[in-house]
Amino acid sequence: MTAEEHNHPNASKYFKIAIILCALTALEFVVFYLEFLSYGIIPVLTVLSIGKFALVAMYYMHLKFDSKLFSVLFLTGLILASSVTIALMVLLDWF
Amino acid sequence: MESENNNHEEEHSSTGLNHKKLLMWTFLGSDCMFFAALIATYLVNMGNNPAGTPSPEDVFSIPITTVSTFVLLMSSMSMVLSYAALSQNRIKAFRVWLLSTVILGATFVGFQIFEFYEFANHQVKVECSDLLDDSKRERLTDLEIKIGNEKCIEGVKKVSEKVPLTPQVNLFGSTFFTLTGFHGGHVTFGIIWLLSLLIYSFRGNVSPLNLDLAALYWHFVDVVWIVIFTVVYLFGVFPGY
Repeated sequence: MTAEEHNHPNASKYFKIAIILCALTALEFVVFYLEFLSYGIIPVLTVLSIGKFALVAMYYMHLKFDSKLFSVLFLTGLILASSVTIALMVLLDWF
Repeated sequence: MESENNNHEEEHSSTGLNHKKLLMWTFLGSDCMFFAALIATYLVNMGNNPAGTPSPEDVFSIPITTVSTFVLLMSSMSMVLSYAALSQNRIKAFRVWLLSTVILGATFVGFQIFEFYEFANHQVKVECSDLLDDSKRERLTDLEIKIGNEKCIEGVKKVSEKVPLTPQVNLFGSTFFTLTGFHGGHVTFGIIWLLSLLIYSFRGNVSPLNLDLAALYWHFVDVVWIVIFTVVYLFGVFPGY
């Protein structure tokens, strides 16, 4: 086992994160049916989705504990991907 | 297995990091681009559909997709537990959690096949009385109103018509099936990878590093689905999006 692996969370922490992920998904489901939120559901669901993404990437994919270079490689792809998405949507008059 | 594990973990690049892991993260970063292109294509085209063809609010079932999302999230948990077990040399627990991951992944793919089948056999059902009640009419989709207006003649209480959604029907269908099919292909490949690791484990050939690479891929498929669930499904059905 490497030094990095010693820093990884234990099974109980992984289980707690799974519970949080399930709770966030349930919250997304409930928020979706709250009609009074109207357009407010867009930022709420976006924040919940980013929270779930970050939890999986940081703890399950170990980005929080591994070398920062892995985070840089992944985030570079992610930022480029987001830019491509926004550029394509602007180009095709989505907004 | 112990000596083999050490050999794998000594394979470092000039950065001081394991080169296989570095390559996997580079691949995952680049794979983001594929999914981003498909998601953007879906978003810009999902509303450009000819009248009389299904749109997202006609076909999506949010409760079913929420359950399949739970299943994929649970598979990620069993994946990390499998990795934790192998790192501690608890081989039996590693196999049990890895098999659980495979089963949960296969269940997710099963949900996707069921969803595709339902879409391809989509039935539009309209209570004719709903067309006359303003509060109920505003809850109907454009397709339901169109079919209701065409089929609800005097004496008819309820109409039902098959309006399938396939990749050929409209741009929503083309982009939706391409995006979710591409993701489903990733999950299927992940299942095959994990199954092969499970089989190899009986020959003593699986190191924590090899499992870590498969786990990274599996979690990536999970985070992509987190985005698809929100952007494609939840926002897709939201009327103002």
